[in-house]
Parts: sequence; structure tokens; C-alpha cells
Amino acid sequence: MDGTEDITATADRRAWMGLLARARPDALAACAAALGEMPQADWLRPPETGAVMVRGRMGGTGAPFNLGEMTVTRCALRLATGEVGHACVQGRDRAHARRAALCDALLQGGRADEVRRVVLDPLAGAEADRRASRAGKAAATKVDFFTLARGED
Amino acid sequence: MYVAVKGGERAIDNAHRWLAEERRGDAEVPELGVAQIREQMSLAVNRVMAEGSLYDPDLAALAIKQARGDLIEAIFLVRAYRTTLPRIGASEPVDTGAMACDRRISATFKDAPGGQVLGPTFDYTHRLLDFALAAEDVPPPEPAATAQASGTPMPRITATLGRDGLIQQEPASDETPTDMTRTPMEFPADRALRLQALARGDEGFVLGMAYSTQRGYGRNHPFVGELRIGTVAVEMELPELGFAVEIGEIVVTECETVNQFAGSRTEPAQFTRGYGLSFGQTERKAISMALVDRALRWQELGEEDTGAPAQDAEFVLAHADNIQATGFLEHIKLPHYVDFQSELELVRRLRREAEAAAGPARQEAAE
Repeated sequence: MDGTEDITATADRRAWMGLLARARPDALAACAAALGEMPQADWLRPPETGAVMVRGRMGGTGAPFNLGEMTVTRCALRLATGEVGHACVQGRDRAHARRAALCDALLQGGRADEVRRVVLDPLAGAEADRRASRAGKAAATKVDFFTLARGED
Repeated sequence: MYVAVKGGERAIDNAHRWLAEERRGDAEVPELGVAQIREQMSLAVNRVMAEGSLYDPDLAALAIKQARGDLIEAIFLVRAYRTTLPRIGASEPVDTGAMACDRRISATFKDAPGGQVLGPTFDYTHRLLDFALAAEDVPPPEPAATAQASGTPMPRITATLGRDGLIQQEPASDETPTDMTRTPMEFPADRALRLQALARGDEGFVLGMAYSTQRGYGRNHPFVGELRIGTVAVEMELPELGFAVEIGEIVVTECETVNQFAGSRTEPAQFTRGYGLSFGQTERKAISMALVDRALRWQELGEEDTGAPAQDAEFVLAHADNIQATGFLEHIKLPHYVDFQSELELVRRLRREAEAAAGPARQEAAE
């Protein structure tokens, strides 16, 4: 594998891990159910809920500061076929973290296309709809200024 | 000396049982669900997350239910819970420039690129009680209007001013900020610590401090250069993978103020800035935070110390935390029998001595 492929593979994995983490737990559960029986996996790190310190930047662009924490749940597992899946997802839902890690592992193996079709595509679609819906509502509250009358004299 | 006294267990147990009953209120009235609080009391949930310093809407909603709507008690519950969580890491700084904005307004430029987007705001409501909401079966509200989102970028107002050198720059760095939850607060506190303390500080206290600067105690002439509320992604590097991934997304409120100038014989006049950032839709808090942040920067900007409370970092930061404050304040209602006994003894003795001294004198005067 050359360097470019490596970068693309990493970008690809970052994208799906992000999508799985951002997904609503019930939405991921529904998609994962459509995959049928999940493969057996061994825990490398059983699900653990903890806190991540979220940072901001002074003035939005300056030096970092600590804003506050958020809850996350992380886990890691290995499929019988050897692929290792990781997840670190917002919230305290262990089942969500486990499903995200299973999908991450499956996406590295022979069932990748199926997981993309059954899990990633619908989640990406739902997310795009959710974002478009909010953006559309925000757009409707954008002010259109117009000048009523200008005092010229 | 502390003396342990027993005997309150039964009273305490019964007090807690009664508390649970009072929390539930009239059993004829349907019970409030945590999801209902999360969805319909969302600004209370946001405040509990911001001051509890833990982003988790379900937990905040549960805390509000348990605390019977006492938000400081709810914040206390969230703070106590967070101490039980292992710290998994720290995120990359969130990129508020890439925020998916529900609201974005500027009080300085009418025609700001990207426009003035009002979002779901109370501004421009008439603040008249809406008795229609008190009806039993309120029909669902009309769906919000939608429009085609233009996709026009919303550059920061401060970036526009910065291009012409009209405002102070905020130099980026990757320095690891000190964390007041890990190391005790020390003074003088740098700006990163001050911002952390203000972000989790009591909204009422920070608002009062900000208001005091507007009324002249450490005046700094703020304009809301920009206020944005929306969703940002949170990214964190996973050490086992060696790269950063998005672990979720959160709603935050950001306020950037543009304040009166600093300048000198060698430096041309430039606007200065204050910054506010807080979890959730919490704009009163974010604006207040920006004003207080700006007031606390007096030294760095070469301003005069006018003795205003909002300029005194130690005063502001040591009193902004409502959990610390309420802990110390409310402890005085707990038994202090022994402390008080000793004071009582002392007062009695002083009175006895005074009487003894006055006694002969009085007798002399009478003769």
C-alpha cells in the first residue's frame, strides 16, 4: 500500500467512525439489526463510560482553553477474522459503542460493502436530512433588510 | 472539637421519603418524564450542562427531575456524577468557525456576509403570557417555516476586522491549557483558566458582573460583534489509532465582543475583544462571559485598575462557582451546636464580667 492509499484509507475510516459516533443510538441499532446476526467478537477493551474535556479557542481562533466535559463511551473488540474495531462515542450508551466498534471492524473486512449499504448510507442520509432541516429553518429566519424611505432633504 | 451525636436517622429517612412524595406532587397529575424535560425544558437542561460542566442532555434532565427543578441542586448532582467518571482524554479545540448555525447575528455589521440569522429566539416576542399554552390539549405548533439554505459561508466578524488590522489578533497556539478541575485554582490566573471558570460559573453571578461593567464599574464599551448558536463537531485523537476522529457533536453558544480601543504612540488604535463560549443555547451566559472576560484583561491591555469588582480576577473567579458558593453558604444551616455553645459561653462570661465591673460603680453612684 503506498502513502496516498494509506491517507485515503485513514480519511475513509475517520469519516465512518465519525458518522457512527454522531448517529442517534436508536438509528444505529435499527441499521445494525438489518445486518442480521452480528459476528462474535472478543473484547480488547470492554465498554467504559468516561468524560472527555472539550476545548475551545480564545476568540474562536486563539489559544486553547477547557470549556467543559462531555460523556463518552469507548470500547475495542476483535472479530474472529482478526479485524479490530474501535469506538469512542458521545453519551453513555454501551450498546451504541459496541455496535459502532463492530461496524468499524466489519468495514475493514469482507462485509465492508454490505455494511456501507445497510448502515453507513442510511445513517449518512438521515444525518444529511437532519442538517438540511435545521439549516432550512435557520435560513427562513434570515433577515432581508430593505429601506423604507431615505431622508434626503 | 467535633462531637459526634447520633439520633437523626429516623427523622432523616422520613424526611427523604416525604421529599420523594413532594417531588412527585399530586399523583392525579401525570408524572413528568426525563425525555419531556430534555425536549421541553431544554434551556434549563442547557444551563445545567453549562454550569454542571458536563455535556449530556439526558443526565441534566434527570438531575432537574430529581432536584424538583432547583437548577443549582441539579448542577450539584451533575458535578457530583462527573467526579465518578474516568477522564478519557481532551478533545481538539472545537472549530466554531465551522459551526452549523441555528442563529447568527451581528450587532456591528448589518450586512455581515452570511446574513443575520435570528434562529429560535425570544427576542422580538412581546413577553405576554400565552394562555393558549395553558390549555389541556394544545395542538402541535405550526411547523417552522423553511427556506432554501444558501450555503453562503459565515466568516467571523472579527476576521473581517482583523484583515484591516482594526482588531487585536488572537494568536493560535497548541499549548495545553491548565485545567482547574485537575489543579487547584491559583492567582494570578491566566486567560485560559479564567475562561474555564467563567464557562462553568453561575449565570446570575456572571450576568451581574457583566452588568456592573455596563453601568460603569470597569466600563469597556462592548458591541456584540457576533453571536452564534449551533452545532460543532467534537474531535479527539485516539491514541490506539494515532489519528483524530469525531466522537460526537454538541450545541454551543459563542459570543465575540468588539470593545473600545487600545493603542499607544507606537501602536495604532485597535479594537479589543472579549470572548464567551458555553454549552447549549445559553446566550445570556455567553454574552456575560465575554464582557467579564474583557474586563479581566485590563492588565494585559495596559488599562487602569479602577478598583471595579469585575476587574478583580480573584474576586470574580473565587465567587463565580455556584456549587462552591452554595456548599459553603448552606453548610451553616447544618448543626453547629458545639460551635454555638462556645460562643454562648463567651457572651455569658463577658456579660458577667461587665456586670461585676459595673456593680460596685453603680453602688457608688447610688450612694
